[in-house]
Amino acid sequence: MKPHRLTFAFQLTVTLLACAFLMVPAGASILAGFTVNYFRGVSSGLTLKWIGEVLALYSDTIALSIAIALGTLGVTLLIGVPAAWALARRPSRLTRLVEEVVTLPVAIPGLALALALILAYGGIREFRMSPLFILTGHVLYTLPFMLRAVMAVLAAVDVRTLEEGAASLGASPLQRFFHVVVPNARGGILAGALMVVTLSIGEFNLTWMLHTPLTKTLPVGLADSYASMRLEIASAYTLVFFVMIVPLLVALQLFGRTVQGAAR
Amino acid sequence: MNRGAAITVASCGKTFADGTRALSPLDLDVRAGETLVLLGPSGCGKTTLLRLIAGLEAPDAGGHIRFDGADVTALPIEKRNVGMVFQSYALFPNMSVIDNVAYGLRVRGMAQAARRAQAAGVLEMMRIGALAQRRIDQLSGGQRQRVALARALAVEPRVILLDEPLTALDAALREHLRGEIDALLKRLAITAIYVTHDQAEALALGDRIVVMRNGAIAQVGTPRDVYFRPADDFVADFVGVTNRLTGTLKNGRFETAAGVVPLPQDLVPPAAPSGPGAVRLLFRPEAARLASPADTPLVFEVVQVEFQGARQKVTLKDPAGARILVEAPADGLLVPGAAVGLILDPARISLA
Amino acid sequence: MHSADRLARLFLLPLFLFVAAFFLLPMVRLVGVAGSGPNGLAEYLAILTNPRHLATLLATLALSAAVTAATLAIGTVVALFLARNRFVGRPLLVSLLTLPLAFPGVVVGFMVILLAGRQGLLSSLSMGLGMGRWVFAYSMAGLFAGYVYFSLPRVLVTLMAAVEKLDPALEEAARSLGASRAQVMRDVTLPGIAPALMASGAIAFATAMGAFGTAFTLATRIDVLAMTIYTEFTLNANFATAAALSIALGLITWMVLALTRNFAGSGVAAAG
Repeated sequence: MKPHRLTFAFQLTVTLLACAFLMVPAGASILAGFTVNYFRGVSSGLTLKWIGEVLALYSDTIALSIAIALGTLGVTLLIGVPAAWALARRPSRLTRLVEEVVTLPVAIPGLALALALILAYGGIREFRMSPLFILTGHVLYTLPFMLRAVMAVLAAVDVRTLEEGAASLGASPLQRFFHVVVPNARGGILAGALMVVTLSIGEFNLTWMLHTPLTKTLPVGLADSYASMRLEIASAYTLVFFVMIVPLLVALQLFGRTVQGAAR
Repeated sequence: MNRGAAITVASCGKTFADGTRALSPLDLDVRAGETLVLLGPSGCGKTTLLRLIAGLEAPDAGGHIRFDGADVTALPIEKRNVGMVFQSYALFPNMSVIDNVAYGLRVRGMAQAARRAQAAGVLEMMRIGALAQRRIDQLSGGQRQRVALARALAVEPRVILLDEPLTALDAALREHLRGEIDALLKRLAITAIYVTHDQAEALALGDRIVVMRNGAIAQVGTPRDVYFRPADDFVADFVGVTNRLTGTLKNGRFETAAGVVPLPQDLVPPAAPSGPGAVRLLFRPEAARLASPADTPLVFEVVQVEFQGARQKVTLKDPAGARILVEAPADGLLVPGAAVGLILDPARISLA
Repeated sequence: MHSADRLARLFLLPLFLFVAAFFLLPMVRLVGVAGSGPNGLAEYLAILTNPRHLATLLATLALSAAVTAATLAIGTVVALFLARNRFVGRPLLVSLLTLPLAFPGVVVGFMVILLAGRQGLLSSLSMGLGMGRWVFAYSMAGLFAGYVYFSLPRVLVTLMAAVEKLDPALEEAARSLGASRAQVMRDVTLPGIAPALMASGAIAFATAMGAFGTAFTLATRIDVLAMTIYTEFTLNANFATAAALSIALGLITWMVLALTRNFAGSGVAAAG
């Protein structure tokens, strides 16, 4: 059905405005990161100085964020993929309940989760001071996304029949898992992995509460810079963050359907 | 290849976790080397019975399954050495054709070169050797069907189980592959259990047919038994169209509203005809021949004619209003309302 | 398939252990701490009895409702437009609109500062037009803009998928029966995407209720629930109140999502 001309114009306007609303500040931030003096505008000249300062000041947060994201990915893969198969293979009221409980951390604000973690484990000093504390929070928060992504793809490819096929040929349960389940779930695993890394790198709500002066991640550093640095440095830092996260987001878009189905 | 196993199903029922009764406890003997077809409408329990024999489901307590006398009830499918062809084929999309076919040998610990050679041999036997390196999503439906069969046969199973293997294909291909499967099963002399809801497939393939209904066996017999001597109305209707005329027996003749049918000597009347009108004469559409009303004591009125090219389907009714369906060559021109005579082949009628 | 059952149980064990140790146990602890303050169990009701907390709760609810309504309205218009029209540059537009899908709250806050802060684009634009200086980043309005920014990409992805799944024959059937464009929209299109509207609306609402990063970046002075919890915990060291408020907040977001899922029938979850 072709829309009316006026309707069309209205829809187009709203769409372009929405796009501008989302993109113009991002563009301004990128520009500011390269501008000598943002207040005076681009006429003040372009520079890489701010990027350099950010790398000097904050490279440890960048490294820690990458390390935590990869660690989170490793743990969610290890725990999540086998569990997703176990939950998906025989849906019942019990598995629904387990799924519900396991996905609760997504429905509860990060602040509350972080508070609970601190109250329960804050007393264990070594744990509290180590990046593992943040990693634990990130796993808690991202695990449901990995579970859902893998479970969605397992349901979509009817992996049960494939397993039965492998079983009829003599494969043991463990052989079936590695020969048939994992290879045929790789789309979901990849989508889940991208989601986990993206979420972990950008996670702030939990991390702000869980971090210590020695365990600062990129978003924590960002918040610092927004509060205490000049706009150009904050922008350059944000730019660094974009450079890390945008490729992930683009990759996620390529797997959009799988993840959308899974992460909702 | 090895000769197939004889299979015994002893009082096997199946009730699912949600309480649905898929199968009432039943007994069945499958002879070594025969092709047994499980035939019935969807939901009749035929697939459940196949999955019990395969080891994909466990029977309710008290049920036992034996292969060549050895109890395999507690063995999961991977330890039963069966070959199975699934309705959806269940080919592994992450493996090439040859790796699919060699998979059963791989999990049995055979070295790569040996298992590839053996799998290639099976592919050659199925005349799809050229497909060996293809990915599964590059295959047509018929090719997938052949690969699935090759994969199941590659492990030299004692029994091959086929779950509606042709349902996913179009009609022409189905008929062609049916012939191939028939020839293959006969040549290998392997025990085969074949599930289908298609009576033509069942009649063409089966050494014996098990007709199932509501989780129970309605009749076991050769295709001819089942077709010409159906055990009851359900079997008669499920395995093709059956015409029924009601009447009485008198002096070796069957008398009905449309006239009289002479009966052959050897036709056994039903055990206890309870008074007039209690006997029914059963015949298939192709067991009747149209004739001039002057040439036969059995006369009907034409209701409807459906032209089908070489043949035509003719619906007739008798003076009492009962309708029957017959098939005739399409040469004679029939008009609704006209009177037409009918001659029944005495060898292909039965009484009930 | 007994052996597979055993493997499945083995595979579930790490998940159970992790969730028990790092989710269930801490949650129990949170509930315990909330009830162990000077006010005892009454602390749970503080969110209703303490006038300051109650005002914060109402303000947060109102803000979240407004964000949800605005996001859904914009999202529906844009989703219908993008799903029904094919033109050069459409894929790019879709990409740009969904790109900020996982921008964290802090970054979104910074985007709002760049848009409506003291050195923001709107500020210089309005100055240039001689209309005074528009600065609203550090207020409820800024938070509103930030949450819409945060939720719009998510809502769009869900709604576009829903519109594309609508069978065009339904709308054609309605038109063949004589329905006007407006009637088709009201009677066929919107009911068709209603589950997606509910699901994505619930996510937008829950996210706005619990989001912390944006508020933290914009100002610590805006009274929304997440900021109150943060201040009570870190600045006032008032653990019991912070815990009780967290539980209330968690219950609200979880209930909104669970209720919607019952109605809309699909998996719904908030995101940070």
